[in-house]
Amino acid sequence: MAQGRIDSADRPPRLKMDGVSKRFGATVALEDVGIEAAPGEVLALVGENGAGKSTLMKVLSGAVKADAGRMWLDGMPYRPSNPLEARRAGVAMIYQELSLTPHLSVQENIVLGMEPTTLGVVRRNEVRRRAIEALREFDNPELTPDARVSKLSVGSQQLVEIARALTTGCRVLVLDEPTSSLTQQDVERLFELIRRLKQQGKAIVYISHFIEEVKRVADRVTILRDGRVVGKSEVAAISTDEIIALMVGRQVEELYPRSARQAGEVILEIEDLAGLKKPESASLQLRRGEVVGIGGLVGAGRTELLRSLFGLEPVRRGRIRLGVYAGPASPVRRWMQGAGLLSEDRKQEGLALSMSVADNVTLTKLKGFGPFGIVLPSRQDKATHRWIERLDIRCRGPREPVSSLSGGNQQRVALARLLQHDVDVLLLDEPTRGIDVAAKAMIYQLIDTLATGSPAEGRPPKAVLMVSSYLPELTGVCDRVAVMCRGRLGPTRRIDEVDEHKLMLEATGQGVGK
Amino acid sequence: MNHSRATLEQKDNFGSGWLRWLNTLGPVLALAAVYGLFALIAPASFRTTRNLEMIARQTTIVGVAALGMTLVIISGGIDLSVGSIVALSTVVIAWLLQYAGTGPITAALGGVAAAACFGFLSGMLITRLRVVPFIVTLGMMLVVRGTAKGIGQEQKIDVNPELLKWLEQLLASVPKEHRWMLLPPGVWLLVVLAVAMAALLRYTRVGRHTFAIGSNEQTARLCGVAVERVKLFVYTLCGAFAGLAGLMQFSRLTVGDPTVAIGLELDVIAAVVIGGGSLSGGEGSILGTLVGALIMTVIASGCTQMGLYNWVQEIITGAIIVLAVALDRLRHRRIA
Repeated sequence: MAQGRIDSADRPPRLKMDGVSKRFGATVALEDVGIEAAPGEVLALVGENGAGKSTLMKVLSGAVKADAGRMWLDGMPYRPSNPLEARRAGVAMIYQELSLTPHLSVQENIVLGMEPTTLGVVRRNEVRRRAIEALREFDNPELTPDARVSKLSVGSQQLVEIARALTTGCRVLVLDEPTSSLTQQDVERLFELIRRLKQQGKAIVYISHFIEEVKRVADRVTILRDGRVVGKSEVAAISTDEIIALMVGRQVEELYPRSARQAGEVILEIEDLAGLKKPESASLQLRRGEVVGIGGLVGAGRTELLRSLFGLEPVRRGRIRLGVYAGPASPVRRWMQGAGLLSEDRKQEGLALSMSVADNVTLTKLKGFGPFGIVLPSRQDKATHRWIERLDIRCRGPREPVSSLSGGNQQRVALARLLQHDVDVLLLDEPTRGIDVAAKAMIYQLIDTLATGSPAEGRPPKAVLMVSSYLPELTGVCDRVAVMCRGRLGPTRRIDEVDEHKLMLEATGQGVGK
Repeated sequence: MNHSRATLEQKDNFGSGWLRWLNTLGPVLALAAVYGLFALIAPASFRTTRNLEMIARQTTIVGVAALGMTLVIISGGIDLSVGSIVALSTVVIAWLLQYAGTGPITAALGGVAAAACFGFLSGMLITRLRVVPFIVTLGMMLVVRGTAKGIGQEQKIDVNPELLKWLEQLLASVPKEHRWMLLPPGVWLLVVLAVAMAALLRYTRVGRHTFAIGSNEQTARLCGVAVERVKLFVYTLCGAFAGLAGLMQFSRLTVGDPTVAIGLELDVIAAVVIGGGSLSGGEGSILGTLVGALIMTVIASGCTQMGLYNWVQEIITGAIIVLAVALDRLRHRRIA
């Protein structure tokens, strides 16, 4: 399958991995995997969670030792025994979780671990010179050598990390889900930077869940599934659908199911709501049996809107009515009033990672698991079992700590909490962030089932308010969509009146207004 | 994130069956090992039932205080004022007996109540001022110690022996005619309270909420846990248990001594930590804590019986603390 420029070129590929295999216990993480990238080429590595992308990159960076396989850099055998060696050899990794020291300045972070010294004393002028040189590449006013890293936006922090990689003179740059927490502007900046790095002859391995991004930025794509390479192609020669089909090993048809929904009474109403900083003004009506989406850029105030609705952030002004309850309320009350929030940040806020699946699912309502306010673990487990089966949560049982589940399964646990509480209004903040396609499909199916309801089985339709940065998801799942831009929520429109292009214009503040 | 499937299956090999039992019984086995070791090398007097009773009695003060500390540490906090509260409690009890003329029951309750008040105050400061528990209770350590000294006017409060009644008997060795009791009432009280606390942690809402707060406070808040109220409860309870430990201390000293139990909080924290409690919260158990407290007493007792110097004893205890926690981390890495 692999063909084209690299094999025909005279010079060896900048990076080549061949026959890499790795087992963890009885599990095959990688089986005979090979990739290569020429100088000035962007190779996209795609696959579901658990497909082996991260393990492969850990082998490349020396963090994990492969059982078999060989690697070359510019034709020279390359065998790193630890990440430091890999970095010295010119292989730099930019991970999803940034590895910066937030209390230090930009320049200190750039030279961290490689400070130029004389007799142990750091040469500050030299540090500064190197930092300025590295930052010139980016053309970003926020990035000054003395700025504290904690004060920077996530996008700028990522640039600092890339700057650090560049000052080490890297030849191969690995970007692991680089855009997952970036704003649209920062994404554009990053892509521009990637283009320039290509011109300098770096080989870039680009890992992403977003196929659209891969199509834009990469030259070639390698698709992994269950630790094996299942496809290699020039990006131009393969369609998005084909890539997804290879990733999941089956056709994803009906990714966004949509049953006939019956909108009922208004169950959540907000008028001119303002938080401490954001949102500045938001008005919205949500009915039973309806899925309403909120689009917009990261940082527009969508998360803050949900959080102030739920009592996690203060409300400065405006009216809220949830069912028969008026005014702002604490999370304790909101749960009692029949609303539940799914946090966008699973690890920091959404889940108590060291606690069990059962504890996480039942935490909001521990009543009813035994007499006299006693909580019987056996009953907790029984209730949890239902959701493990219904949502197909892959775990050893209700007592397994959530920390050992994969991202997709963790998200199912977080969702199961809302279902176990049986809330009427579901506030979902980026419900499919960072999870694999199969888990996404399940969540879309679930949202549809909840909004449709089943009166015959005594399950009334629920109301769903959903924030998402992923436009196909919004247009695919929602009945109505509103876009938030700089703290202001635009009017909601029926889904057949909008398309992704219009939504994006509105999100970037170029919309046609009302 | 991407290798999660691999690690998940890998973990199936660990964590199940006898290894999981080993995990829960780990501290108990450690206790058995330490006891066995001394039984082998220490003189025969170490193996007598009399010495077992002695160990139980000596564990009680730290053990009672550690019950409350377990909850605090599970919630992700710490309480450094425990030692001072023990001293305060002895002083209050002595003062009530000697100067207020109350009976022993009122005096005992008074001591515990005063202690609970200071625990409550710590809880209020932590939840209202949003200052970290370490700092608040560090301050309270001095405040409470000062208060105790103020009440005693910088001196011990001696109590007329006739006023003591049963207070003296709490931790005294069981007399011959009451052999059926096996252990002094104070030790039994510790056992009963330990069972109650273990049940509270495992089977009640406030117990589960304590774990949730320690595991991830933000999640707890999101899930509608009344975080502030639970913390207030936990610190008040910790104060009350420290007060009770003060009652035990008073029973042994029979004077109100504002300078007693200096540094006791560190023994108490060590007991919780040896028993598997994590200072970052979310982990810990009552059984583990009691075992942790016992391990320290057994070492002390064994060393004394062998005629080792006090300084040797301290070095060994210190090494055990670090070793226990290191083993615990190692175990965690293998299982989680």
